[in-house]
Amino acid sequence: MPTRGGPLRTLRLFWVFFRVGAMNELQYRANFIVQIFQSAIALGTGLAVLALVFSQTGELNGWTHAELLAVMGVHFLMGGIIGMAIQPNMERLMDDVRRGTLDFTLTKPDDSQVLVSVREFRIWRAVDVVIGAGVLAYAVSQLQTGITVADPFVFALALLLGALMIYCFWLILTTGAFWVVRMDQIAELFEGVYQSGRWPVTIYPGWLAISLTYLVPVAFAVTVPAEALTGRLTVETLALAAGFAIALLAFTRWFWRFGLKHYSGASA
Amino acid sequence: MIARASVGVRAIASARALVDVYLTEIRIAIVEQFQYRVGNYLYMIGMVAEPVIYLVVWTTIANQQGGQVDGITAGDFAAYYIVWTLVRNMNIIFTPYGWEERIRQGELSGMLLRPIHPITWDLGYFAGWKFVVIVLWLPIAFVLGLLFHPVIDPTPLDIAVFGLAIWGAYLIRSVFYWTVGMITFWTTRVGPIFELFITAELLLSGRLVPLTLMPDWAQRLADVLPFKYSFYFPIEALVGNLSDQDLYAGLAMQLFWIVLGSVVVRIVWRFAVRKYGAVGN
Repeated sequence: MPTRGGPLRTLRLFWVFFRVGAMNELQYRANFIVQIFQSAIALGTGLAVLALVFSQTGELNGWTHAELLAVMGVHFLMGGIIGMAIQPNMERLMDDVRRGTLDFTLTKPDDSQVLVSVREFRIWRAVDVVIGAGVLAYAVSQLQTGITVADPFVFALALLLGALMIYCFWLILTTGAFWVVRMDQIAELFEGVYQSGRWPVTIYPGWLAISLTYLVPVAFAVTVPAEALTGRLTVETLALAAGFAIALLAFTRWFWRFGLKHYSGASA
Repeated sequence: MIARASVGVRAIASARALVDVYLTEIRIAIVEQFQYRVGNYLYMIGMVAEPVIYLVVWTTIANQQGGQVDGITAGDFAAYYIVWTLVRNMNIIFTPYGWEERIRQGELSGMLLRPIHPITWDLGYFAGWKFVVIVLWLPIAFVLGLLFHPVIDPTPLDIAVFGLAIWGAYLIRSVFYWTVGMITFWTTRVGPIFELFITAELLLSGRLVPLTLMPDWAQRLADVLPFKYSFYFPIEALVGNLSDQDLYAGLAMQLFWIVLGSVVVRIVWRFAVRKYGAVGN
């Protein structure tokens, strides 16, 4: 048996839980159709809003129609990732803290932060990832500027960093459950704020743009990856994203351990 | 003669009893919801994100085009979307998604045993909650006002009509969402139906943008649907330049949709309740 820790073991754990989650959901295939339907409605609404905006103007704060479509694609894609892998885990964690069932996870011989982060996986939300990627591919094909060979790789890196930051943000908030216990509104609060990512954060007034970058990292999760494909991303911004992601991961790690000390278990 | 009098007396007594039920429900809701101030606030702040996003987008467009879009200035947009936040909160009613739990958990059984229509409980409770929401909303409106500089100049009549129209909006939305929610009696896969309904409302009610920015065909469609009377009309009554005649006509249309919706609720309920097999209790 391999020893505790190590990225390989984390990946293997993730794979095991992914398989269990996938098999579980494959039992409910009708949900797949429901998900497609819901995603189609969301896509239609998004396109209608863009059409409304561009019936009044030729560009929004320097972003063309195709470029805003790219932003929408990234927003959809990241939303799919969050709904598939991040949010379900955090909601389960909140529930476990409230009911004291986190005990069962803590007694397992593996890293608790890894365990609470990989237990749930909603495969049907992958529909949003696929739709988002489709919208993005179409948008990129419509761009007048075109993209370089390196752009997709930079984009993938920016997307990964963004997902990590959203994960940290969620885990920090969820860790708050060790003190607050009931945090039902968090998910709705996040979903409301996440909608702001449908547009490039640069259109928001300064105080709001800064909050959407460092307080809730929507800018890093959506705008920055979209910038990578629309020729706007500077090396400085990418370095900032990487630096902030690392700092946030470190802080999250510390905060999780700190929070755990305050967990008393409800069943005991 | 005596028989007729006693019928009259009984009608008055039952009307008085109904008013009593409403007042009690309202009182309970106020006391209960004031306990959850923090939860209510978090919820309301999450809700403010939506109009702020619309507001920023349309303000950006207005500023790009020399200050206005189709005659609507940045200050007008700010006024529209800030009043929007109150109207949206007035519009919160028993969610159609809540029916599944009501049916599955057998909660409905208890409601059926009582000698009044079950919608009474929802109407009363959510109406009471509104008083809490309005109080909590005032500071939010103040902060939004400081941040976005709304331009608003209502007449006393505008204010009076607005005061009535937000309750009209509440009732319209209550009866229509109650009807849609009752679909749960026939099928459990209601999510897609609800979302279609909610999306139609989003686009055709003025929730997304002031309706005058929509294409002509969409505006004509909105005219014959109830949606705009629970968003666009109340907001416009306060911030727009509606004539006195338009204001009264709007209230009349609200009344029309409330009556129509209530009739539909009565009819659908009669069939729906036959589908109900008490589960749980």
